[in-house]
Amino acid sequence: MSLTSSCRRILRSNLVTRSGFQKLLPAVSRSVHCSSVKEQKLHSAKYGGRHCVTMLPGDGVGPEMMLYVREVFKSVGAPVDFEEVQMDHTSTDTEYDHAILSLKRNGIAIKGNVESGNLSPDATSRNVELRADLDLFANVVVCKSNPGVKTRHNNIDVVIIRENTEGEYSNLEHETVGGVVESLKIITERKSTRIAKYAFDYALRHGRKKVTAVHKANIMKMGDGLFLESCHKVSEMYPTIEFDSMIVDNCSMQMVSRPEQFDVMVLPNLYGNILANIATGLIGGAGIVSGVNIGEKYAIFELGTRNTGKKIAGKNIANPTAMLRAGSDLLGYLGLHLHSDMITNALDEVLQDEQMHTADLGGQATSAEVVQRVISLIQKERNI
Amino acid sequence: MIPGDGIGPEISESVQQIFAAAEVPLTWETVDVTPVKGPDGLFHIPQKAIDSVNKNTVGLKGPLATPIGKGHKSLNLALRKEFNLYANVRPCKSVEGYDTPYKDVDLVTIRENTEGEYSGIEHLIVDGVVQSIKLITENASRRVAEFAFNYAKANGRHRVTAVHKANIMRLSDGLFLRCCREVAEKNKDIKFEEMYLDTVCLNMVQDPTKFDVLVMPNLYGDILSDLCAGLIGGLGITPSGNIGEGGAIFESVHGTAPDIAGEDKANPTALLLSSVMMLRYLNLGSYANRIERAAFETLREGKVLTGDLGGKSKCSEYTAEICRKVQIIDDSD
Amino acid sequence: MALRAVTRLACGALRTNPRLQCSSVSTNFVRCMSSIEAPKPKRRQTVTMIPGDGIGPELMVTVKEVFSAAGVPVDFDEIFASEVQSGKSESVETVVASCKENLICLKGIISSPLSSHVSILHTLNMQIRRELDLFANVVLIRSLPGFVTRHNNLDFVIIRESTEGEYSSLEHESVEGVVESLKIITRANSERIAKFAFDYATKHGRKKVTAVHKANIMKLADGLFLESCANVSKFYPKIEFDSMIIDNTCMQLVSNPYQFDVMVMPNLYGNIVDNLAAGLVGGAGVVPGESFSEDVAVFEPGARHAAAEMAGRDQANPTGMLLCAANMLSHMNLGYYSSLIRNAVEKTIKAGKVRTRDMGGYATRSQFTMEVIKNLNY
Repeated sequence: MSLTSSCRRILRSNLVTRSGFQKLLPAVSRSVHCSSVKEQKLHSAKYGGRHCVTMLPGDGVGPEMMLYVREVFKSVGAPVDFEEVQMDHTSTDTEYDHAILSLKRNGIAIKGNVESGNLSPDATSRNVELRADLDLFANVVVCKSNPGVKTRHNNIDVVIIRENTEGEYSNLEHETVGGVVESLKIITERKSTRIAKYAFDYALRHGRKKVTAVHKANIMKMGDGLFLESCHKVSEMYPTIEFDSMIVDNCSMQMVSRPEQFDVMVLPNLYGNILANIATGLIGGAGIVSGVNIGEKYAIFELGTRNTGKKIAGKNIANPTAMLRAGSDLLGYLGLHLHSDMITNALDEVLQDEQMHTADLGGQATSAEVVQRVISLIQKERNI
Repeated sequence: MIPGDGIGPEISESVQQIFAAAEVPLTWETVDVTPVKGPDGLFHIPQKAIDSVNKNTVGLKGPLATPIGKGHKSLNLALRKEFNLYANVRPCKSVEGYDTPYKDVDLVTIRENTEGEYSGIEHLIVDGVVQSIKLITENASRRVAEFAFNYAKANGRHRVTAVHKANIMRLSDGLFLRCCREVAEKNKDIKFEEMYLDTVCLNMVQDPTKFDVLVMPNLYGDILSDLCAGLIGGLGITPSGNIGEGGAIFESVHGTAPDIAGEDKANPTALLLSSVMMLRYLNLGSYANRIERAAFETLREGKVLTGDLGGKSKCSEYTAEICRKVQIIDDSD
Repeated sequence: MALRAVTRLACGALRTNPRLQCSSVSTNFVRCMSSIEAPKPKRRQTVTMIPGDGIGPELMVTVKEVFSAAGVPVDFDEIFASEVQSGKSESVETVVASCKENLICLKGIISSPLSSHVSILHTLNMQIRRELDLFANVVLIRSLPGFVTRHNNLDFVIIRESTEGEYSSLEHESVEGVVESLKIITRANSERIAKFAFDYATKHGRKKVTAVHKANIMKLADGLFLESCANVSKFYPKIEFDSMIIDNTCMQLVSNPYQFDVMVMPNLYGNIVDNLAAGLVGGAGVVPGESFSEDVAVFEPGARHAAAEMAGRDQANPTGMLLCAANMLSHMNLGYYSSLIRNAVEKTIKAGKVRTRDMGGYATRSQFTMEVIKNLNY
């Protein structure tokens, strides 16, 4: 029972010859997923200036959000075509493989969250699986206070960069004897260095001043120690960027009391999950924050927080801002800055108007009303 | 006689029966060309086959299979090289009784057979980059051009069209074109014109009656001759001859159809019409005419046809019908 | 109400494009406003236009007339490029710069005279293609409803690699009377075109991709092409992949063309199959094509014939060029105008009264153009 989940995956990858010991190695071994397909760099799916992007609607409010994204993209005239691939919690492995292949061909996707409702031990979350298989090592969430949304802090501007492929999320758990479960947390030097380097590069590229590594190395001296040490080493290559570190519990406290002290933060998997949610909450909630999972070859744009909004699905009350912002991020990533800015500006302007706040921001507007307003602002902009 | 692979043995058998019925004064010497491994580790055509063709100077050959992309060199290619069969001739004439969207097709494609793209010279420069050489020589070009004009004269045709792509391959196709022009100068009684390959393709499917004799380098010939065969109903009814300096091999150019081999379903028409060409080449015109008439009549009546022509008959029934006709024509003469 | 909208539109258009004359603008927009239901993007876009040789300039006149009648918010940056009249031609640099700026180009055919003794890499066509890296050429073969040819209801796509292969222009005379011409096939370019083909199939909901080759003879070169296609196909489990030898393909095309969906092939074979297939649905005048690089899209007739003998006689068939223009509009997110023009062309042909000579009618190009304009909107 214990290792079933990873075994299933490994068996599917035709890696049956690997010994039990090797199964305990970091998630690297899982990146070979579709065994029939040779790992190779494909050419981009951009022809004549038009891009092809994979669309994974997911569960909950995902599908309706994707409709809005299409509408808004149409209104800005973005040269993007979507290849829609169904992937939800009911998807079979074949459907999942199709989604992976589609991403490998297009290199870029916009995605709604897939529910991982099945809590049985041998089920892994599709979201986690996707990130591991495509080696999307970095999760980036930008949290910036928006003047239109009244919150306790109005000067937050942090970037949370989270290691996405190892740590506590390695899916390696087993019951050694009855009633005793071991859960393995994996930290490797290679992956820690990679995420640290990504964080510093991000800081350089976006003109940020400081990178804070968050850890719990006082307790997990070896695991988090390795992470911290890797960050330290990398920081020496970036003399213009200030580097400091903070223990995760302290960091959580600081985040709610003096969030303005943070700039770029780099964290192992679980801590990243926690702090990204804190920061999102501080600036107004899951409805307005977008995130991206990015690797060397592929990028998936999605919501900043990873919940599906199942309860509000189909009720026309979900806040479309977060997914539209993800769409705007995607356009920026493709180099279509004009289109991207047009959406961001419209979204910001709509947020200023309290009439246009959806239920999550304490307003009464419907999703459709917000999208309609965004589109009309974009059209006004385009007509000038 | 080289029966070939797949359905080859059946259809060769059928041709031999018809020849016997028509009492053609020929004897057959059957040889096998399945490659044998030579002392140098490469595969070669058996010496016996080479000797046989050299001795008789004329051959009739069924289809041979070539594995794609690997394995031994194409045997068809090897035979052509071995006997220096420089010109491939394929007359394409609409067959009455077998309807296609194209009517009144009557043209001949003559293809240079020894060089061009099929010279078999290819190398891997670095991984992922392959260079393939197309070779055009003045001698071979002139030889095939002369053959084309002679063929046109001998068969009462009026026009020769040189097909080329000299706008892109200026030197190589340019050389071919120059040779054709020079030969045309000497044969003013035959009308000569030149046309781009793509234009020919475009016009061919719109109005194939515009063309008479076409002469062209190897690859273009390969493509156009199959295209023309498609116009009249497929390779199953298209004859083909390879003319060389020292001899000639006539063949059916369709595939080996391994899926229906041995089931008595194959269509022997192409090989039969090729053998008719062979008889003409051997100056046995009267026999040729008789067999051809019998074959065309059978096709026109449409009573006894093989599966690929939309009939239900077996290869043996079809053969028997032609044999019967051959003898009737014989009697009426 | 409508009038106010028109005025606003016209002003908007004028502001972005001072070249437009006021009178023509307002009449155009009156026409287009009458049928507006859904909001459409109204910002005007500029497209490079290269009329080319032969009948090209006449066809462009048709395109411009139809565009202005339909009120399409597109302006043309017209550049004359020709090798036949090299004196009047703009330089390659100008052409390329304009294409790179506008990213979209509508192009006639530039003929490459045989007589000039420059290498083909220096012909205008090749230079433009290379500079812009237009690696993929797409020809859309669709039977026109109402126009009966030998095969009807055809609908397939031919995708041709257009940067290497036989068109590498590496030729030399090794000894007197013996010329070697090199054909180059690389994995990188083969995979790129294969991926393009599969992406195209995915995007347009097509089911099958057929790779056309001659790997039984050119085992290494075409073998590499075929292998690349097979490799790429593994990423597309929902699309069927098969392969066919070029000579057989040609035969199948004239006997049973219905079996094809998307076809992908190296350069020279593409040239042959393009023209052959164009012949199947009505000739060079009715088939649209398009070329793509990563950034630039060039829309041009599918079968490349300048038809110089027809030039100036008002006999050319603008169908292919109008369909090119319609495809261009849909590429530019102007789907509304795209279908407006496409429907008008199809309606004209289906009615069958006004057809140009190559389609068996007696109409001139200008009569055909008028008819298409008459059929707009309805």
